[in-house]
Amino acid sequence: MTQSISVKDLTLNFGAVSVLQKMNLDVAEGEFIVLLGPSGCGKSTLLNCLAGLLDITDGQIWIKGKNVTWAEPSERGIGMVFQSYALYPQMTVRGNLSFGLKNARMPAAEIEKRVARAAEILQIGPLLDRKPGALSGGQRQRVAIGRALVRDVDVFLFDEPLSNLDAKLRSELRVEIKRLHERLKNTMVYVTHDQIEALTLADRIAVMKGGVIQQLADPQTIYNRPTNLFVAGFIGSPAMNMLPVKTIDNGRAFQFGSTRIDLAGYDGGAVLERDNAILGVRPEHITIRTEAVPGRTIPAEVEIDEHLGADSLLWLKAEGREMCVRIPVEGRLPSGSQVHLMLDMPKASLFDAKTEQRI
Amino acid sequence: MSGQPKRLLRNLNAKIAALPMILTTLVVFVGGTVWTVVYSFTDSKLLPRLRWVGLDQYERLWSNSRWLISIENLLFYGVMSLVFTIGMGFLLAVLMDQKIRFEDTFRTIMLYPFALSFIVTGLVWQWILNPQFGVQEIVRSWGWESFNFDPLNNPDTVLYGLLIAGLWQGTGFVMCLMLAGLRGIDEDIWKAARVDGIPTWKTYLVVIVPMMRPVFITTLVIVAAGIIRLYDLVVAQTSGGPGGNASQVPAMYVYDYMFQAQNLGQGFAASTMMLVSVLIVLIPWAYLEFGGKRNG
Ligand SMILES: Nc1ncnc2c1ncn2[C@@H]1O[C@H](COP(=O)(O)OP(=O)(O)OP(=O)(O)O)[C@@H](O)[C@H]1O
Ligand SMILES: [Mg+2]
Repeated sequence: MTQSISVKDLTLNFGAVSVLQKMNLDVAEGEFIVLLGPSGCGKSTLLNCLAGLLDITDGQIWIKGKNVTWAEPSERGIGMVFQSYALYPQMTVRGNLSFGLKNARMPAAEIEKRVARAAEILQIGPLLDRKPGALSGGQRQRVAIGRALVRDVDVFLFDEPLSNLDAKLRSELRVEIKRLHERLKNTMVYVTHDQIEALTLADRIAVMKGGVIQQLADPQTIYNRPTNLFVAGFIGSPAMNMLPVKTIDNGRAFQFGSTRIDLAGYDGGAVLERDNAILGVRPEHITIRTEAVPGRTIPAEVEIDEHLGADSLLWLKAEGREMCVRIPVEGRLPSGSQVHLMLDMPKASLFDAKTEQRI
Repeated sequence: MSGQPKRLLRNLNAKIAALPMILTTLVVFVGGTVWTVVYSFTDSKLLPRLRWVGLDQYERLWSNSRWLISIENLLFYGVMSLVFTIGMGFLLAVLMDQKIRFEDTFRTIMLYPFALSFIVTGLVWQWILNPQFGVQEIVRSWGWESFNFDPLNNPDTVLYGLLIAGLWQGTGFVMCLMLAGLRGIDEDIWKAARVDGIPTWKTYLVVIVPMMRPVFITTLVIVAAGIIRLYDLVVAQTSGGPGGNASQVPAMYVYDYMFQAQNLGQGFAASTMMLVSVLIVLIPWAYLEFGGKRNG
């Protein structure tokens, strides 16, 4: 596959504050990349650098095989969609869609054609003569997407486009963006701090923290094989259970409190014997047993049973640590019950407590 | 209809609490205004008295050349002042909006004249424009002996002299209003326009200015109301001269007839005309601001 976007050693400082340091990122053509991370980690900054809205301090940006590091935003072949929609309020929807094209002196017939196509794709045809003030949030964001669409560009940049919408609209528009990507097959870079959006939309997710990409991988890998403690804790709701353990027996087992568990089936590197390790297991990768299995289960006591509709969350205490297990609704248990937890070892993650890296 | 009395009684405490304020407003503002208008139809001289003379005072007013010159002067001054304070105020605000350094310092300097009263402003500019002490003298002392600059003593240029002082005083304030308006605009709009490839000047003209319509209208009303009341600046700079009435303005006419010529009826008629002109400014504004929401 050819490279659509290529970021080389990108550094960006705001005065003395360094937001991005020597970042490298390659995006393949037609790929849907999601930048995910907590507030203030530099997602928008990276996106604005790609768009050319910020002057970068050092490094290069290539789009479609062209060095656009110093090109104007309008010359980079990108379209952008903002969280606040950023529509021109005094213009009709049609005016919003065609303003940039008119300014570029495109023939009226071509403008007409592009606006009609965008209106058809986004189903905003009936709204073309309204002003943004007379539209709902979801409709406004469609128009904003349309404004990127009529530019007929190869790269779409989204900065938290769904954050201002309510939950129902958000999931509707999320599906619509996915559909748009399937249809147009152009490159999309999408910023969000919503992990559901990231996991459902992305071909690859870049999890960022403090201006550094922590892990860049497909959603499956990010979810099941997080590369460090931060990624493991950031993805997943409720969060992954983190158990402080000690690996023993030349890495064949670990000690959690007074319980000894076999590591058989763990999918990772050389475990060795480490005094300070952290075992991460997602709530859905633990099953409840009524009988103990020596070397396989941890004894625990049920504290709270949270019913979520489709399934329920069991909050327990094991070896003095709070743990959470996702169980089917039929298996609900009263608080105070004594149970045994069996970990799905192939899906667990072991981290070195010092380096915080996956073992 | 049966709900009417109940509606009156709702929030009774709040209504009682607001009553003194409402009464004050009615008596002082509306009452005073009505009183002025009523007595403009009488032949009151030194003291107000209710002897009706119909529209006599207005006929006399509109056949008085001094009043006509006042109106002409005010129109000229008003249009120029509106165009330039708002135009320059906006341009300065745009300059300030370019993330310049020392913005606070500049803003304070620009706003400083606004803190001065018109009397002080007028006196300051009278000195600056005075041929013996001001600009003319300074340029002559540099060696250009024949340099002539004496706008306030020439009936053809005296209004420009007033205008300079007025602009100096009011532009900073307009700039601050405009700057607040510019700062209120979502940064993403700018980003979107840049991605669309719209040049900066065009973004200002086609996107930003229309978005700032409420700020422009409010500024227009404040500046226009100030222009109609124009008085102290003229008193301090020219006292209405040169040549007796080259820089007369309506407020001066009102004052002179009420307190100098002891002709209250004539003064009331003139001030009623001023009130009418203020209303002509305010009513369309109120309509645009509060009534025109439907097409916003
Ligand atoms: N104009 C600026 N001047 C100085 N610092 C800035 C500026 N813009 C952003 N920053 C800093 O850069 C860092 C990254 O900001 P950025 O907007 O990229 O975060 P983000 O990941 O998009 O967060 P969010 O999810 O809240 O939008 C933040 O710490 C922020 O304080
Ligand atoms: Mg952001």
